[in-house]
Amino acid sequence: MDKIKLTIDNKQIEVEKGTTIYKAAKELGIYIPVLCYMNLEGLNIENKPGGCRICVVEVEGRNNLAPSCSTDVWEGMVVNTHSMRVINARRTVMEFILSDHPKDCLTCAKSGNCDLQDMAVKLGVREIPGQEYAEMSTYKIDFSPSIIRDLDKCIMCRRCEMMCNDFQTVGALSAFNRGFEAAVGPAFEMELEDSTCTYCGQCVAVCPTGALTEKDHTRDVINALSDPTKKVIVQTAPAVRAALGEEFGMEPGTLVTGKMVSALRRLGFDYVFDTDFAADLTIMEEGTELLDRLTKYLSGDKEVKLPILTSCCPAWVSFFEHYFPEMKDIPSTARSPQQMFGAIAKTYFADKISTKREDLVVVSIMPCLAKKYEAQRDEFKVDGNPDVDFSISTRELAHLIKEANLDLNTLPDEDFDKPLGESSGAGVIFGTTGGVIEAAVRTAYELHTGKKLEKLDFEQLRGFEAIRKATIDFDGTPINIGIAHGLGHARKLLDEIKAGKSEFHAIEIMACPGGCIGGGGQPLHHSDTSILKARAEAIYREDAGKPIRKSHENPYIIKLYEEFLGKPMSEKSHHLLHTAYFDKSKKIEMS
Amino acid sequence: MTNLGGNKMSRHKQIRIALNNCGVIDPENIREYIARDGYLALGKCLTEMKPDDIIREIKDSGLRGRGGGGFPAGLKWEIAAKNQADQKYVVCNADEGDPGAFMDRSILEGDPHAVIEAMAICGYSMGATKGLIYIRAEYPLAIKRLKIAIDQAREFGLLGKNIFKTDFEFDIELRYGAGAFVCGEETALIHSMEGLRGEPTIKPPYPAESGYLEKPTNVNNVETYANVPIILRKGANWFNKIGTEKSKGTKVFALAGKIKNVGLVEVPMGTTLREVIYEIGGGIENDKKFKAVQTGGPSGGCLTEKHLDTPIDFDNLVQAGSMMGSGGMIVMDEDNCMVSVAKFYLDFTVEESCGKCSPCRIGNKRLYELLDRITQGKGEMEDLKRLRNMSNVIKDTSLCGLGQTSPNPVLSTLDNFYDEYVAHVTDKKCPAGECKDLMTYFVIEENCVGCTACARVCPVGAITGEKKEVHYINPEICIKCGACEERCKFDAIIVK
Repeated sequence: MDKIKLTIDNKQIEVEKGTTIYKAAKELGIYIPVLCYMNLEGLNIENKPGGCRICVVEVEGRNNLAPSCSTDVWEGMVVNTHSMRVINARRTVMEFILSDHPKDCLTCAKSGNCDLQDMAVKLGVREIPGQEYAEMSTYKIDFSPSIIRDLDKCIMCRRCEMMCNDFQTVGALSAFNRGFEAAVGPAFEMELEDSTCTYCGQCVAVCPTGALTEKDHTRDVINALSDPTKKVIVQTAPAVRAALGEEFGMEPGTLVTGKMVSALRRLGFDYVFDTDFAADLTIMEEGTELLDRLTKYLSGDKEVKLPILTSCCPAWVSFFEHYFPEMKDIPSTARSPQQMFGAIAKTYFADKISTKREDLVVVSIMPCLAKKYEAQRDEFKVDGNPDVDFSISTRELAHLIKEANLDLNTLPDEDFDKPLGESSGAGVIFGTTGGVIEAAVRTAYELHTGKKLEKLDFEQLRGFEAIRKATIDFDGTPINIGIAHGLGHARKLLDEIKAGKSEFHAIEIMACPGGCIGGGGQPLHHSDTSILKARAEAIYREDAGKPIRKSHENPYIIKLYEEFLGKPMSEKSHHLLHTAYFDKSKKIEMS
Repeated sequence: MTNLGGNKMSRHKQIRIALNNCGVIDPENIREYIARDGYLALGKCLTEMKPDDIIREIKDSGLRGRGGGGFPAGLKWEIAAKNQADQKYVVCNADEGDPGAFMDRSILEGDPHAVIEAMAICGYSMGATKGLIYIRAEYPLAIKRLKIAIDQAREFGLLGKNIFKTDFEFDIELRYGAGAFVCGEETALIHSMEGLRGEPTIKPPYPAESGYLEKPTNVNNVETYANVPIILRKGANWFNKIGTEKSKGTKVFALAGKIKNVGLVEVPMGTTLREVIYEIGGGIENDKKFKAVQTGGPSGGCLTEKHLDTPIDFDNLVQAGSMMGSGGMIVMDEDNCMVSVAKFYLDFTVEESCGKCSPCRIGNKRLYELLDRITQGKGEMEDLKRLRNMSNVIKDTSLCGLGQTSPNPVLSTLDNFYDEYVAHVTDKKCPAGECKDLMTYFVIEENCVGCTACARVCPVGAITGEKKEVHYINPEICIKCGACEERCKFDAIIVK
C-alpha cells in the first residue's frame, strides 16, 4: 500500500493512500469536529456526504476550505485544522444550521444527548445573528406507531437515508424538495406508515438531532402504574440489561440485570419478568419447527420449505412482508419472544393470579422500536385488547428510572419474579447477532440426537461479520447455518433462496447492526462500534454465568408445557405462540 | 430560426466558430451540414489520426471548457482516455440554466450535427462507444432537432457500427433534465442521468475517473463540443491564434439587459467589454448612463465602468471579481439598483440550491433575507459586515460550484457599489429609485391642477383632495404602485 506523508497542524504523519484528512488527523490525536459524518468501524457503515461543512479545514494551495471527512490526503499536503479562517467558517456555518433549527431543547427528546447541541457548545455559538427575521423551514410532524419524524429539526446530515438505503436496503427515506425546503422522508412526502418502513429504528439510532425519535409511551406506563385497578407486569428483553447502564454513566458492556429488576420493582410493577423466558419458549417452538422440517426433508419430503428463517425480529418480518411476500411461508411461524410473553401472560399467568385479561397490563422493555409497532399488530390482540399493551425502549426506561429519582448505580441486585422470570443462557443470547440460532442449535441438537452437548459455546456462530456461515454436525447430519445482521445483508441471503441457490437449512436474521444490542431503542452509540461489541460480550458473559444454558432445561418452561400448552407445536401452542404473515408489497400507481 | 441578434446586431468584431453554421444551414438536413465540411473532421480522425493525435491537437488548440469552469478540454479528454474500463461515456452537458442565457440552445437548434460529430470524435479519442446528451426538457425544439440529427447520422453511417468503414462504433442517446440549475454541475448531472437525486458529490473522484455508472466519463458542454470539429479541420494552430494567451478561440455571449441590441454574440477572447457593449450591442438603451455589466450569470459578478476596457477571457474576468460562466451578459444602467440586482441573483440561487450542504442551503437564504431587509430600509451598518462574512464563508465552505460562486453578485456589488448599500442603510434611500419600500410619492403643489385623475386611479384610496385643489398622497396608505404618476398629465406627481 502506498504511503503518503503530510503535515497537519505542524505535525508530520505518514498514512496510507486513500486516507481522509479527518482520519489522518485522528491518528495524530487531533480532533476535527464532525456533524454529518458517521463511521461505524468494522461494520462497513459510513456516512460522508460532505454536507454539513462543519469539518472543513484549510489546505495550503487550495482556494477554498476542504471537508476533512471526505477529502483524501496527498503527498506533501499541509493542513491547518483550526486556523482563524477555519474557526470563523465553522462557527458561521453552525449559525446557519441553528438559524433553521427550532430552539425547543427544553422539551426535545434528544436534549442532553444531541450531537447538534454538543456541537453548538463546542463551537461557542452564543447567538444567532438575524434569528428574529430568519424564516424557518417547517413540515408536518409524522406520527407512526414507532417513530416520530419532526423534520423541522432535520439538518440534512443524511445519516438516516444512508442507514435506510445502503445498510438496510429498505429505501423508505430519501431527500425530497430542494434548497431551503429540502429534507429527508418517504417519497412523495408520504407518511412513514404508508411507506416500506420496517420500523427498525436505525434512522433514529443515528439521527444527530431530535428530527427522528421514538414514539414515547412512558406517560402510558406511568398512567397504568398509577391505576389501582390494574395489575401491571413488565418483561425485559435480553439486550436491555447489557446497555441500560450506559445511560447512568457506566462503562459500555456493564451488565445491570439485577439493578434493572430492582429499579422496575421500585417503579411499582407488580411482577418483574423476563423476555428471556419467552425466548426459551421461542426456542421450543421454533426449534421443534426446524427439527420437524428437517426430519421431513431428510426423509425425502420435497414439499418442505427450507431453509427455515427465524422470526423474532419484527423489523425483519416487516421487511419480508414488504419485499419478499412470495416467500412468506419460509420463515418460522413462531411469534417473537415479546409476543409469546404477552400471549402467555394474558392467559396462563392471568389465570394464575386470577386477574381478568383487561385488568392486566403488560409492559415490555425493548432495545427496539419495531416492537412498538409489533405490539399493536391486529394478530396480537384479543377483542381489541393487545397481548402487549406498551412497549418502551431502553432509553425510555432510563428516563423513567431517572424521573423516579432512582440511581441505578446504587440499587441492590434483585432477582426476577417467578414463573415468567426464569430463563436459560440460551434465552439471554437472543440479544446479539447469532444468538438465536446458537440457542436453537443447543436445543435442536439434543432433541434430534438424543445426546448431551459437550460444548455449548458455538464460537463459529458468533462475531460481527455481516454474513456468517457455519456447518454444525448433528451427529452425522451436517446442518448448514447462515446468519445475517442488517437487512441489506439479509436481502442477499433471500435473493439466494429465491434463486434456489441457498445452501442453508436455517438462517438467523436480525435487522440491526450487531442484532438487538444495536437496536433502534438502545442508548445512542454515537457511532462508536466498540460500544456494540462490549454489549455483545456482556450478553455472552451473562450466558456463561447461568446455571441453565439450554432452553429445554428451563424448569418453568417444562412446567408451562406440563400445566398448559401440552407440547411444542400443539394446538394450543399454535393458537397462542404462532402467527401468519401478510403480503404488504404494493405498487404506487402514478396517474 | 434561431435569434442571432436580429438585423441590428453588428457583425463587426465578431468571429463565428461555435455559431458557424447557425442560421446558415437547415439543421434538419444533414446534407447541408455535410456540404459545409460537416463530418470531415470525424472522417479525418477515424481514418488518418490516432486517438493520441486528436487529444494532442485539442490540447494544442488551447480549447477550454465553455460551461463555466474553463478547464482545458484536451486535458479532460486525456485523463478519460488514460483510465481503462470496459465501458466509457461521452456526455454532453446541455443543461443550460443561467437566467437569460441561450447559447447552447441556439447551437443545438441551429447546428446539432456539430455536437454529434464532436462527441463521436471524443468517443474515438478516449475509447468510448456511448454518448449521452443531458438536455433540459424545456428545450423541445433542440430535442426535436437533435433527434432528427441523430437519426440522420445513423442513416448516413456516421453513428452506429463501422463508422467510415472502420471498427469504430459510437451512438448517442438523449437524457432529459427537469430544469434544475444544479444539474449543470457535472457530478449532479451524472447522478440525475443515473436516476438519482440531482445532487453534486465531492470531487475527486472526477467523472474522468469514475462518472456515469462509475465508468470513466467525459463531460463537456455544448459550446465546447461545437468548437471541436472546426479545430480538427483547420488545425490547432489556426484556433490558438485567436484569443488571448491563456484563453483561445471565441466565446458566445447572450447579451441582454439595458442594451440596444440584445441577442447572441460570438467574439474572440480578448475583446473588451466596451467593444461588446458599445460596438456590437450598440450602447445603452435610451442612451442612459452605463452602470454595470453582470457576466457569468448568477455565479458571476457585476463589473463597472472601470472594467470596461478589460479584455474578456477566463482569467481576467475572475481577476476583476466576476467570471466567464457559460456566457450570460446582462447590462445595467443608472436605473438599476445594485442591491436589488444582488437580491435578484440570490433569489435564483436560493431557488436552485439542491440543499445538500448547509452553507448553500441555509446561508444563501440568509443572504437573501438580509438583502431583502436592506432594500426595505431595515438594514443596519452591521449588516453590511455580516453580508460580507456570510458571503465569504459560503464561498469558502460550499460543496459545489453553485454555492462556491453564489455570493459573487453580493461581493462584487459590495466592492463596486458600497455607497449604494450605505444609502439604503443609513439614508433609507435607493439612489436608483428601484426599491419601492424606500420611495415616497409626492404631489408637487405648483403643478397640481386638481383634476382628480390621480385620486380616481389610485387603487387604495390614498389620494385625497377637492376638485381644482391641490391633492395629497397619504404615504401610510400608498402602496407605491405608480398608477397616479403614470396618469398625471401635469407632471405633478414625483417619486423620491
